[in-house]
Amino acid sequence: MVAGSFLPLIVALALAPLMQGVIIRTKSVVAGRQGQPLTQPYWDLWKLLHKGAVYSQTTSWIFQLGPVVWLVSLLLALTLIPFGGFPALSSFSGDFIVVAYLMALGRFSTVLAALDTGSSFEGMGASREVTFSALAEPALLLSFAALARQTERISLSPVLTAISWSAWAHSAPTFSLTLAALLIVLLAENARIPVDDPTTHLELTMIHEVMVLDHSGPDFAMIQYGSALKMWLFAAIIIGVAPPWHRGGPWAETAVSLAGMMVFAIATGLVESSMARLRLLRVPQLLLVAIVLSALAVAL
Amino acid sequence: MSQVINSLLVLLVLTGFTLLGSSRLAACIRAVGFQGLLLGLLAILMQDGKLSAAGVLLPLTTAVVKGILLPWLLFRAMREADTVREVEPLITYNVSIIAGTAALALTLWLGQRLQLPSEPPSSLLVPAALFTSLAGIIVIVSRRKALTQVLGYLALENGIYAFGTTVALRLPVLVELGILLDVFVGVFVMGIAIFHISREFDHIDTDKLVALSDVG
Repeated sequence: MVAGSFLPLIVALALAPLMQGVIIRTKSVVAGRQGQPLTQPYWDLWKLLHKGAVYSQTTSWIFQLGPVVWLVSLLLALTLIPFGGFPALSSFSGDFIVVAYLMALGRFSTVLAALDTGSSFEGMGASREVTFSALAEPALLLSFAALARQTERISLSPVLTAISWSAWAHSAPTFSLTLAALLIVLLAENARIPVDDPTTHLELTMIHEVMVLDHSGPDFAMIQYGSALKMWLFAAIIIGVAPPWHRGGPWAETAVSLAGMMVFAIATGLVESSMARLRLLRVPQLLLVAIVLSALAVAL
Repeated sequence: MSQVINSLLVLLVLTGFTLLGSSRLAACIRAVGFQGLLLGLLAILMQDGKLSAAGVLLPLTTAVVKGILLPWLLFRAMREADTVREVEPLITYNVSIIAGTAALALTLWLGQRLQLPSEPPSSLLVPAALFTSLAGIIVIVSRRKALTQVLGYLALENGIYAFGTTVALRLPVLVELGILLDVFVGVFVMGIAIFHISREFDHIDTDKLVALSDVG
């Protein structure tokens, strides 16, 4: 276990909702509206935290535990993610497997909470969420395996710092395949178009949003904040794998990575504005493509 | 240089997967045409800087015939047969992609085992070539439309060509031209046949042709 820097965690905690704001703002601008202020997600969280939570009489303690486990597992996963030139708070051999399973734990808790409400609608969402994440997980783990094999390191912080220009020049195909696979996994895991539409409510095709319909007040704030953190986590890994344009010192690198994150958020907004959601039956095919891409990256 | 070759080979494998996973005939035709262009480029890059007139012109001819002429013929056949997509393949697209992954694993294993007279310029070349052929075979046996089967045949041929660039860098010009002419005429005839089948029976589903007889 190597002690690292607090900076990646602090940056993630502070700026994850801003990233959501940038995505929403981009979509508004493309649609020809002015859109909400960039800080709106923060105000939404603030508002939710000051409300009371309403619990249905059919739910049990599992329902109240769900959001807490969700948020805590994502916070723990974030301590393992490096950012910019700074290593993660902690790193040890095989920590990317822990990251994958912490996210699985968080998802498991929200699924249980959704099932606990006894609503058939939420049960449907839970079933879809589990189906698609079961397909996204092999792609994620194979991508990590490809990165580990290429850089010959088995911990996220060293892996991402080892990706340099010379590494890209040496094995560009592997990295680009991994990048493409991770991008698809990000879209699927974060309930983004073309897999799921984060803005729809009460639609029969939605996946993630349907599971959290019964949460309110601080519980819902935890879910929202957790989703923002999850998006940040995936984007940070993708920015870490992307071609490194930076050379001077960890601070300059962090600044460039932050700019990269914002560009990435704008790009996500553009993708969401220009694409339609896939039919539910086609989603497994998209995830299968991600698995094939990452498997090919491992084999290279 | 080997990175460029590797990237092209990865693209070759990915076009194979496009062929396996796409239901739209236009996308499949473009994938196979793109394979042709890739093969031309690969054949030029393989020569390692020792370029001769024949060494450039022949791959260029291949690229033009396989990447432009044949797709054009196939697009015409598609318009005439009035089909846009493969409707009901015998195995679904997801299963095709999984079969493709299995084929890729098999060819990667084969690529390590196979003893070649000369060391290929990239360890991925033999697997990519064999995978392209296998993808073609999977498409031929699992699709119903005659046009998709022609595409499978072309992918099969592309795989053989890619394999040929490893073991026979110096194939006589006459042989190469002969093969190219064969493929061209083959696809030309198949295009005409598809047109006639679709005019006679209003579809190009090959599995319905087994019921063909003079009676009835």
